[in-house]
Amino acid sequence: MINGVGRDIPEKIAGIKSVKPYVGPFSYVPTGRLMGPRIKINKPRSEKVLASIEQAIEASGLKDGMTISFHHHFRNGDYVLNMVIAAIAKKGIKGLTLAPSSLNTINEEIIPYIEQGVITAVETSGARGKLGQLLTSGKLSKPTIIRSHGGRARAIECGELHIDVAFIGAPACDTYGNINGVEGKSACGSLGYAMVDAAYADKVVAITDHLVPYPLFPISIPQTQVDYIVPVEAIGDPKGIASGALRISKDPRELLIAQYATTAIEYSGYFKQDYSIQLGSGGASLAAARFLKEKMQKKGITASFGLGGVTAPFIEMLEEGLIKAVYDVQDFDIPSIESIKKNRNHQEMSASFYANPHNGGPIVNQLDVVILSATEVDVNFNVNVITDSNGVIMGAVGGHQDTAAGAALSIVVAPLLRGRLPMVMDQVHTVCTPGETVDIVVTERGVAVNPLRADLKDNLKAANIPLMDIEELRNIAYEFAGKPDPIEVSDKIAAVVEYRDGTLVDVIRTTA
Amino acid sequence: MKLRRTMMFVPGNNPGMLINAGIYGADTIIFDLEDSVALSEKDAARHLVYNAMKSINYSCEVAVRINHISTPFGYKDLETILAVKPDLIRLPKAETAADIEEIDEIITAAEIKHGFLPGSINMMAAIETAKGIRNAYSIAAASPRMVALAIGGEDYLADLQTSRTKDGKEFFAGRGQLILAAREAGIHAIDTVFGDVNNEEDFIAETTRIKEMGFDGKSVVNPRQINIVHEIYTPTEKEIDHAQRVIAAYEESLARKSGVVSLNGKMIDIPVVKRAQRTLAYANAVGKNEGGTTL
Repeated sequence: MINGVGRDIPEKIAGIKSVKPYVGPFSYVPTGRLMGPRIKINKPRSEKVLASIEQAIEASGLKDGMTISFHHHFRNGDYVLNMVIAAIAKKGIKGLTLAPSSLNTINEEIIPYIEQGVITAVETSGARGKLGQLLTSGKLSKPTIIRSHGGRARAIECGELHIDVAFIGAPACDTYGNINGVEGKSACGSLGYAMVDAAYADKVVAITDHLVPYPLFPISIPQTQVDYIVPVEAIGDPKGIASGALRISKDPRELLIAQYATTAIEYSGYFKQDYSIQLGSGGASLAAARFLKEKMQKKGITASFGLGGVTAPFIEMLEEGLIKAVYDVQDFDIPSIESIKKNRNHQEMSASFYANPHNGGPIVNQLDVVILSATEVDVNFNVNVITDSNGVIMGAVGGHQDTAAGAALSIVVAPLLRGRLPMVMDQVHTVCTPGETVDIVVTERGVAVNPLRADLKDNLKAANIPLMDIEELRNIAYEFAGKPDPIEVSDKIAAVVEYRDGTLVDVIRTTA
Repeated sequence: MKLRRTMMFVPGNNPGMLINAGIYGADTIIFDLEDSVALSEKDAARHLVYNAMKSINYSCEVAVRINHISTPFGYKDLETILAVKPDLIRLPKAETAADIEEIDEIITAAEIKHGFLPGSINMMAAIETAKGIRNAYSIAAASPRMVALAIGGEDYLADLQTSRTKDGKEFFAGRGQLILAAREAGIHAIDTVFGDVNNEEDFIAETTRIKEMGFDGKSVVNPRQINIVHEIYTPTEKEIDHAQRVIAAYEESLARKSGVVSLNGKMIDIPVVKRAQRTLAYANAVGKNEGGTTL
């Protein structure tokens, strides 16, 4: 069947419980009730701290075929996922579904355990490198499910993704299971993704390298949700968890894209006192923060809140009073981690609060402007952020779908050409974010406004930026690089890309 | 009014830079076949620039800096590049009018051969020696194709037996001579590059200084320098406002058939009127529009 973005989705996909095609960003109306974790009991003076991960695996009752989860706040410095899966493998447990909030290159270490059948299915926001290749190969027993951050929170809360045991890397944890992410040698800042796992998993195991006497304060994940605690030597490599302050790009092409994007914001009609903004962590987005700051200072306006994925330029704006409050699901650098620890206007939030489309209202619904990056964009404004030019998984959906749908103005930035490949094309290989939720595409050679947004197009006429139709951008790209042949794929489905509401926006087939 | 506020050098042997050279808003891009290209890369660069100019539609003025005709590469550069009709040929290390005259003849022949409009390919010369500075006017006036003189950087300082300082004393004599020669010949004067791309402060100071001296623009080596120069060269609201009032007063005096122009009770000389006219023409040329991105 053809879904709402024109993709052919089979009516049945082996390994996927129910296949609902994507219709529109808010077409699907959920019914039913939220899922609840098992009822727990903890008697006075009982001990939660265990000696080893093996003991915690036993205590959690983990068995063949269950689902385990992890968070990716330690990014490419994460030790927890690899060490827990190695311990599970040692115990001979097999057939698990691995459901982390995302996967990084460092997690390539688990590839042998996937090959040995310890893990037979994966549900994640994305993957890179060899893990991405493996997930695209179709070698797993079920298709990988790709979900956005908001979509994952939704799937957990409504029971589509039931977590049997959540293993939560805890930068600081007290002896009764209160956790925060701002203290300890492996501090990562917000624990926003892990909060949902802790609240809904049947069993929750905290793995920490900074066990402190009771009570820990502040509390991000409370004792009421945590069953077991395992102290270990190290849960991550601080160098991989957070960089120093990321440097603003010096790449003139990224700077030009950022300049066009921020000029588009300035003239969009949304650049007003108390507007709200989310910026990504890519080069052009960081540069955009600098230009936006200059424009806000010049016009004398401040933002009511900033959302993210938080980076140092955002923190600077918070500290200078240009942004009143920052809501934070994840931190990318040391200044952001320091800020969430000390600044009351810098608030931690869960992935559900951030972006879950099926709750009483995520904060993305209050967002005015978001700048998002893209791997490929097509003439229907559909965006691919998951597969590369060979059709192999090499990225993550993250909050892309969520913020594009929620924000009043969603701007996608991408170079028109990467090396000798066009990035604006007739059809993206994989649709992640539907074009009807994307308002403006910004490249170094031109800016295209979605025809659905005639109002924006009018507003941008006054800005001195090269406005053109998206087809014109594609033509320029093809003129330079030629029209790429479509990637040859088989019939076998290696992964499905869920829209944030649980419908299928696309499938990823194995490449020939 | 033709603007040459920024002339951006682009190494001729870098395909990625050649492709994107036109997107940053420089008034002129100069594809370089000379100093930024190693001897072993001269053929490749010439070939790349030829093909880039043939296939890419650049929306700004395109110049090519050839190797001097006294090197083994200069004539080959001209033969190849003239076939794709550059807007401008930039000769490095110009010392005499004879250099210019010889290239003028080669261009004339190429225009006939390729069927281009006669006189449609312009020239500029970079002066990089004391001898060149002494001959600056005759170089500037050597051909009707000449549209600009530029002062070279390191070569010139080496010839002068000095080096760069923060406040640019070393360039004082050369810049002064160059601007006089260019103005006498009625062509543009272009300042040398500022290589320390990350030193924005000194770059701004130098650009402000050369604008005050009368230079029409500056050679740049990085797209990040373009906006800075353009901003310095853009007339301020105050300057535009004043110019408008001067012109209004001038027009009023014409209407009154009076030879005396006065604004706010003060007499205004005709040169002031001319400057005001130039300011307004300039503001018009830079497309100064309210708050827009001037790229």
